Amino acid sequence: MGKVPRINIAGGLIALLFLSALMGRPARAQEDPSGQWAPRFDEDWEERIPGPEIGDYLGIPINEANRLRGDTWDAALVELPENQCRAHGSDYGWRGPSNLSIWKEVDKASQKVIAYHTHLSAYGAEQTIWMDGRPHPPDYAPHTWAGFSTGKWEGDILVVTTTHLKENWLRRNGLARSDLATATAHIMRHGNYLTVAAITYDPVYLTEPFIRTSDFVYSPQQAMAPWPCESVDEVDRPAGVVPAHLPGQNTFLNEFPANYGIPPEATRGGAETMYPEYVIKMKTMKTLPRPAKKVNNR
Amino acid sequence: MRTLAKGAFESSKNLGLIVVLASASLLAAAGIASAQAPAGGAQRNPADAEIHVLHVQGNVYMLVGAGGNITVQAGDDGVLLVDAGLAGTSDKVYAAIRSISDKPIHYIIDTHVHPDHVGGNEALAKLGYTIAGGNVVGDIGASAGSQATVIAAQGVLDRMSAATGKQPPMPQGAWPTETYTTPERKLYFNGEGVLMIHVPAAHTDGDTIVFFRRSDVISTGDIFVTTSYPIVDLSRGGNIQGVIDGLNRIIELAIPADEQEGGTQVIPGHGRQCDVADVVFYQEMVTIIRDRVQDMVNKGMTLEQVKAAKPTSDYDPRYGKDTGFWTTDMFVEAVYKSLSPKK
Repeated sequence: MGKVPRINIAGGLIALLFLSALMGRPARAQEDPSGQWAPRFDEDWEERIPGPEIGDYLGIPINEANRLRGDTWDAALVELPENQCRAHGSDYGWRGPSNLSIWKEVDKASQKVIAYHTHLSAYGAEQTIWMDGRPHPPDYAPHTWAGFSTGKWEGDILVVTTTHLKENWLRRNGLARSDLATATAHIMRHGNYLTVAAITYDPVYLTEPFIRTSDFVYSPQQAMAPWPCESVDEVDRPAGVVPAHLPGQNTFLNEFPANYGIPPEATRGGAETMYPEYVIKMKTMKTLPRPAKKVNNR
Repeated sequence: MRTLAKGAFESSKNLGLIVVLASASLLAAAGIASAQAPAGGAQRNPADAEIHVLHVQGNVYMLVGAGGNITVQAGDDGVLLVDAGLAGTSDKVYAAIRSISDKPIHYIIDTHVHPDHVGGNEALAKLGYTIAGGNVVGDIGASAGSQATVIAAQGVLDRMSAATGKQPPMPQGAWPTETYTTPERKLYFNGEGVLMIHVPAAHTDGDTIVFFRRSDVISTGDIFVTTSYPIVDLSRGGNIQGVIDGLNRIIELAIPADEQEGGTQVIPGHGRQCDVADVVFYQEMVTIIRDRVQDMVNKGMTLEQVKAAKPTSDYDPRYGKDTGFWTTDMFVEAVYKSLSPKK
């Protein structure tokens, strides 16, 4: 009794050293997303660079209210001085034609990560992802383009939860995302590749979560360009005018289904149009006659 | 009372929050935000209200939970309030004010006549005083200094008082002590210009927007809310075009910072703290609905036909309500009547 085998003490010390070494650094799977990242558009080029067609709601789980927002939207709305410098919402920003910079903020004493910060070249939009466990603000606090974001690691995925978003567009053809929406982003780094799966939950305008993924490539030589923006009067119109189509009077809505040979019914979107089996249903639908000459250069 | 230090909810824009829990009762924030009533229809006992204090910018704070939002401007000169909340909440409102400043209340500015904004006039005014003397005393005598000055557009006093011999809707102690009939009224207090702008025939016929020029904060009253469609109180002289004019005036006054965000801050009559981008979304929504209903009026459609056409359906999931004191149907009817030729 009282005799402690020496081998056990030594083994314990080794185990302790090993454990403390593990605790001193993040789990191997947590790949720091910090760095300069260049976007890869691939098959998303049409949507993310020139932008979606008027009336193209395919594959988006919108409700009837959002459909009407899109149908009555007039692109001239963006000409208004108060809308010209409007930044993308942080749930949409990953999709913009933007270079991305991510850096971390570290507490000097503990060397713990307090926050990750992101900067997107489009509009110079920035987002702070708090990693220190602070709560989200109350309902009566301001909403911003970026919203209020907190993050936590789930395995090798940085999961970001965002609330307090301002209204913004879901898509650049008038589909809306409300200020009551929340979002999550799953940021996944695999060496020199970064994938962001952004999910928008909108009780106002979506019937199901809307999921979009965007890819980036590590680009350490990247230099971020500034994005100064000054509003100007582009069109001389009386103050207070809000460009919009009256319901049922937007004549541009048929251009997309006609030009691409897609049934007009399918272009109206909705959750059903997200799923592969909808293609079978589409084959039973009527299409519009294609115009003799395409109206754009695509 | 529990106070969280400034910065406890630090956001990316350096939001400073102080939360004062003036009651042990737990009320959902959404419920508090919806506790608005054009005719003072409080939905719960006001004494149970939980008052939250939010530092907005500069000298200006926002109190949430007392009915309509209350704006507090505090500094070396004393305390100025924009609106006073529901009657019955004043003790807790005063406690919340005391968490900001120990200076006396000198001014209350009423944005309009509804009891969820002026109900606390009498109790809170009595807790302050007016620096009297010179032409401030006037014909009233020394009693002019016995309470805070309550300023409003003339329409507020007209609606709160009554001709001699008639029963006034609100007790005399709640009435404005100073009214203005000009488009604007100016005041310099706590080192900044305070501009009161009268918007005729908007939410009511006595609306005032208050602009704190140095703090760069606009208090809108119920011309702008984030919780519902605009309440157009036709029975008290309101009109949808006036609401739109008021929203346009707010947009004209405000200057955003980068990315059309931040800069001038906006305190709505109900709901969360905003900036001009939030007002723009709301102004666009109201204007689009006005244009749709105007088109229907021009076509000779009846009110029932307009309601059946659902001119607000794309905004209903955000702002519409089927029950309560201000339903979507009531809003459409108010817009229709505002735009219909007067017979």
